[in-house]
Amino acid sequence: MPEPIPAAQVSILVNEFLAGHDPAGDRIEFLRARFDAGLAWLHYPRGLGGLAASRALQPLADDAFALAGAPDNDPRRIAVGLGMAAPTLLRHGTDEQRRRYLRPLWTGEEVWCQLFSEPGAGSDLAGLACRARRDGDSWLVSGQKVWTSQAHYARWAILLARTDPDVPKHQGLTYFICDMHAPGVQVRPLRQLTGESEFNEVFLDEVRLPDDLRLGAVGEGWRVARTTLMNERVNIGGQALPREGGMIANLAQTWRERPELRRPGLHDAILRAWVRAEAIRLTSARLRRQLAVGEPGPEGSAVKLAFAGLLQEIAGLELELLGGEAQRHDDWRPGNGDSVDFLERSATHRYLRVRGTSIEGGTSEILRTIIGERVLGLPAEPRSDLDVAWKELPR
Amino acid sequence: MSELDLLYTPVEEELRASVRAMLAQRCGFTSVLARTESDQPYDTELWAILAGQMGLAGLAVPERFGGAGASLRESAVVLEELGRAVAPVPYLGCAVVAATTLFSCGEPDLLAGLAAGERQVALAVPFATPPARAWSPTVKADGDELSGTVRGVADAITADVLVIPASHGLFAVESARVRRKPVTSLDETRRLCDVSLDGVPGRLLAEGEQAVAAVTGGLLAGAALLASEQLGVAEWCLETTVAYVAQRYQFGRPVGSFQAVKHRLADVWVEVAQSRAVARHAAASLASDDPDAPIAAALAQAHCGPVAVAAAEACVQLHGGIGMTWEHPAHLYLKRARSAALAFGAADEHRLELSKLINLPPAPARPGREDGATAP
Repeated sequence: MPEPIPAAQVSILVNEFLAGHDPAGDRIEFLRARFDAGLAWLHYPRGLGGLAASRALQPLADDAFALAGAPDNDPRRIAVGLGMAAPTLLRHGTDEQRRRYLRPLWTGEEVWCQLFSEPGAGSDLAGLACRARRDGDSWLVSGQKVWTSQAHYARWAILLARTDPDVPKHQGLTYFICDMHAPGVQVRPLRQLTGESEFNEVFLDEVRLPDDLRLGAVGEGWRVARTTLMNERVNIGGQALPREGGMIANLAQTWRERPELRRPGLHDAILRAWVRAEAIRLTSARLRRQLAVGEPGPEGSAVKLAFAGLLQEIAGLELELLGGEAQRHDDWRPGNGDSVDFLERSATHRYLRVRGTSIEGGTSEILRTIIGERVLGLPAEPRSDLDVAWKELPR
Repeated sequence: MSELDLLYTPVEEELRASVRAMLAQRCGFTSVLARTESDQPYDTELWAILAGQMGLAGLAVPERFGGAGASLRESAVVLEELGRAVAPVPYLGCAVVAATTLFSCGEPDLLAGLAAGERQVALAVPFATPPARAWSPTVKADGDELSGTVRGVADAITADVLVIPASHGLFAVESARVRRKPVTSLDETRRLCDVSLDGVPGRLLAEGEQAVAAVTGGLLAGAALLASEQLGVAEWCLETTVAYVAQRYQFGRPVGSFQAVKHRLADVWVEVAQSRAVARHAAASLASDDPDAPIAAALAQAHCGPVAVAAAEACVQLHGGIGMTWEHPAHLYLKRARSAALAFGAADEHRLELSKLINLPPAPARPGREDGATAP
């Protein structure tokens, strides 16, 4: 093991880099060079955009680059790549795959999306039906995926497909990198209850994927996917907020600025929500400190679960506070829903959109079971689907 | 607002281990339960070990007053362990509330005696007093002679000295000269008493604004640090219940495998995880004299009290019949949690205090116009 990088060294390296690279120059060239200098994600290995440093040092580098007016990689646009595909490639990819994919992923030259959920496989993801059949040196993939954000401009996808229907469901899965430009890939926007289309349906019809797009061994797809899913939960729970940051700010500001709306019955309910928001914010802060010194643990599930309920409580209170005004909505047109902004649309939009916070990324019911079994160590429920060939399961 | 460290330091973990080991040895459930029905509800021998031998009474007291010079962060870790054991010792009242009050008064001798574990001190205000209403003396001072009654005082039965707010100032009184009538308490592991004085001589510690500030500061520290004790109570309830439902069989399988049980415990775990962050934040805010400490303390009591209650109620419920018995420890934790949730004010009082601190003012009592005109 090489010596850990001290914090002071990071500032020196960033300053040296900035001396040799003009932040106002070509954006992609700058980002590529930053990656090659190991200053992209500091905790990644040397040669893959990192310095094998502690995660805790990342803000030092990011802040220094931001201060110099350097371009960033637009992390929201490539969230699936950064948060899910990259850690999975790092852990389970071959050297060749890591060298090929991580650099353009980080620079944002290649956007990634996720092809996991299906109409028939939501909470029970391991029961998915999308089939991959071997055909010489490649695979032919057919099936339907859903809830895929950014599919319409993604270059690659992380894909979970069934390669063996004759074994129990967890054992017959294989993880692939899907070429979104390959013939047979069709993307259709999926309209949701807000009227927008943040997500897509993706239809795969005999899509040919060379075997070097396989990530991990045949039949090992579930193990690989768990790396992806654990990182998804960390991502969702991981943003830093100031006190009264996020959706509680809208509610509190409305209460302050519009005294005519204040009603006695709502005062304590709003204070309860404020207390809850602050408790979850501090829990996130504590979690981030833990992450800085180690790997993602189960606490991410706690924050995700609590946060989902909090947003729903706040959004509901906001409508109550607004009274009759909340019978009006701002806009039902499909628009461009590439990214969700909870704060800039109407309260009714927020109320509707946050129904999804307890569904996306693991339903709250599934999360409670995960916490009960993996964190608290409680015995699992008896199950009838574990020792049966996937093709025999009722569906 | 600077970023406070909400994790535990290695030193704090060592402290926790030594307190936990001592409590495991000297503070078993059977003896705690027996004590609740005796006339010696507080364990003075255990207190002598913790306060004197282990130096915990003076943990947060500066070294120049004979303390250990640590901070309320470390005291909070001690309280987590005392909560886990529902230990009948006056740590909160003496080492947190009274110590903070005396420090604020600039009272070196008494503070040094407290820090050394030689003098047990209690602030004589009702245990349910919110920090925002700290100064409401019920005792009258005629010169230095004090008369009156203070009801429902915690950690005072075994105190050597009582610090008493009276009329215009704060006085120290030798407790031997005071009548202390034990109260049959909801939480007999922290039995309350009613304190009465009839012309008892006191020594003036502080007057006017300084007296008010000293008592307010003491109660604020108490409210902030009680959150850590409540965290300990909640943790014990969660761990004990998880262990029980994993081995209790009904319908041919562990009851903990049923979703109805598992999901309720998952919710308790999520709440306890938040309590830890909130309690740590309160202790760290107090320890660093953060100007937002009153917000942190009110937040802590608005959150951690109800969480401990929910954990203790889940503990009784998920133990089924055995949870309703006197012989099972659950009831001591339920009583501690319920009573503690009312200490320093109930959660709604802390929310109301928060509403002032963060500017979310109450609504008018009646909606509509005061002049009686109807809205158009």
